[in-house]
Amino acid sequence: MSNTAAPVLSVQNLRVSFDTQDGTVRAVDDISFDVYAGETICIVGESGSGKSVMAGSIMRLNNSSTATTEGKILVNGIDVLTASEEEVRGIRGSEVAMIFQDPMSALNPYFTIGKQIAEAYVVHHPGASKREVHDVVLAMMIKVGIPSPEKRIDEYPHQFSGGMRQRIVIAIALINNPKILIADEPTTALDVTVQAQILDLMMALQKEFGMTIILITHDLGVVAEVAQDVIVMYAGHIVEQSHVDALFHSPTHPYSWGLLGSVASYGANKRGDLYTISGSPPSLISLSAGCAFHPRCVHSMGSASACMTIQPTLRSVGADGSRSACHLSDEVLVSIGRGSDRS
Amino acid sequence: MLANRIRLGYDKPILEQYWHFLRGIFVGRDYGFGQTAFSCPAPSLGYSFNQHACVTALIGETFPVTAFLAIGAFVLWMIIGIGVGAIAALNKGKWQDRFATGFAAVGVSLPTFYIGLLVLFSVVIWFQILPFPSYESPLDNFSAFITAMILPWLVLAVLSAASYTRLTRNGMLEAMNEDFVRLGVAKGLRLRVILRRYVMRQALIPIVTIAGLDFAGLLGGAIITESVFSLPGMGRMSIRAVVDSDLPVLVGTTMVAAVFIVLANVIVDITYGFLDPRVRVS
Repeated sequence: MSNTAAPVLSVQNLRVSFDTQDGTVRAVDDISFDVYAGETICIVGESGSGKSVMAGSIMRLNNSSTATTEGKILVNGIDVLTASEEEVRGIRGSEVAMIFQDPMSALNPYFTIGKQIAEAYVVHHPGASKREVHDVVLAMMIKVGIPSPEKRIDEYPHQFSGGMRQRIVIAIALINNPKILIADEPTTALDVTVQAQILDLMMALQKEFGMTIILITHDLGVVAEVAQDVIVMYAGHIVEQSHVDALFHSPTHPYSWGLLGSVASYGANKRGDLYTISGSPPSLISLSAGCAFHPRCVHSMGSASACMTIQPTLRSVGADGSRSACHLSDEVLVSIGRGSDRS
Repeated sequence: MLANRIRLGYDKPILEQYWHFLRGIFVGRDYGFGQTAFSCPAPSLGYSFNQHACVTALIGETFPVTAFLAIGAFVLWMIIGIGVGAIAALNKGKWQDRFATGFAAVGVSLPTFYIGLLVLFSVVIWFQILPFPSYESPLDNFSAFITAMILPWLVLAVLSAASYTRLTRNGMLEAMNEDFVRLGVAKGLRLRVILRRYVMRQALIPIVTIAGLDFAGLLGGAIITESVFSLPGMGRMSIRAVVDSDLPVLVGTTMVAAVFIVLANVIVDITYGFLDPRVRVS
């Protein structure tokens, strides 16, 4: 985290809210972080914690008629949120690319996959000849491990399995050699055996292309395997930001304790019971004052304490460079985090 | 009377009559004997004793009118329907959308005979913008043809466009929420390209089905429109045939309409294959 080079992506005070009939949903509330070249950063959190919305706003993919976005997202020094449509189109697919959760619905069913991969290349290489495009597409299909690409280039998405389709989505994402790859739960919709293949492929391609990966997931096993930095999100806030080793060995936020305690290989106690975080994620329309996690937090300091009145901000905790948004004192956070009993 | 019955073959058993009818379609049909003998060449759909003419010839005279009406109205309503629907979808929630939705609701509910008469009355009689429509073949007098057709085209088109507006709007809005459209945006494609290759492609599929059947239905005769605007088409002939109990004509026009419906279904199925590779049989 103590990197001297300029970050490839800098998110500053990002807020995204959606106007609905029931009120304003604050999906992302004041989030800031930097991502540096070549690193892999994981964003974890349960469904509805704002991960995907946050990822979407990096490429300005959220529906502008319902979403209100504030803050700054700097890619290459350009603020994506205020840039012209033309500038943003130049970033999409060429500087920042995205892999989606469900490969079954991410490909256009009406065109051959060759055409879809080519489309992503041609839009950023308008002068490319047909021959060149064809060669680039074939080379990319080989790179992502599609067998007999010469034959399959003219096939349609429905002729491919889920894992193969996700490989094609990856091919589309990487064809312009982007600096940043956002992967929004890329393995969630796949078979377990295929999940590992896809992750391995992504990591191998990261080595080859030297890109930064922002991986959104709720699979902590994946996080442990691939991440360098981890951002834990809860109810639209960052509650903890740590190096991956620090997160797994001495997490500094009660929500992280709960998350880790609920992982089978990691958190089972002597009787083999898994920890569960009681309650359910809060409605983002009517968040209570104070810390968003306090109604479910077993360490909450009780009524009228800071937990219930003041929204905590991220601060450095402990010696590992972890940052946590919790009102508990540093000593308490470090000692409970190190302790074996996380419940 | 009895002579006529024998001449037209109505003395034979039903099954034999039906056989003669079917045979007539392929080889033509001869009626009567001796001096009163005459024949309707293939494809014969029978003989109208009311109008003293072969049904095939009658349909041959009236069908072009119906076809011109159908083609013109179809082109217009597809343009209006899909255009207005697309504008509504692209401006969801704004005044354009509300206007289009309102137009669709009104258009779907209004009956052709009422609007047809209202338009005819206001344009021709009240404001006298156009002369009273009297049909002429486009080959003989093109401007008179257009003058006679413009009102029925518009009335049919605007009223039928309403349901296409709905279909297009909803289809596009649904398509815009698809993951693959999001991926298209993430590729950096232009909005125009995304709309054409991603959104419209998906929204058009249900429209093709209904458009095919609607068009075929029109070719079978736009009964009300033709009657209101006194166009000498198949629809008006069918209505006359009903009033005059001119059974052979009615059988003939129904037969033609049925053929078009079947044809349209086949064409729609083939078009499906072009539009959606998942339907294609390898």
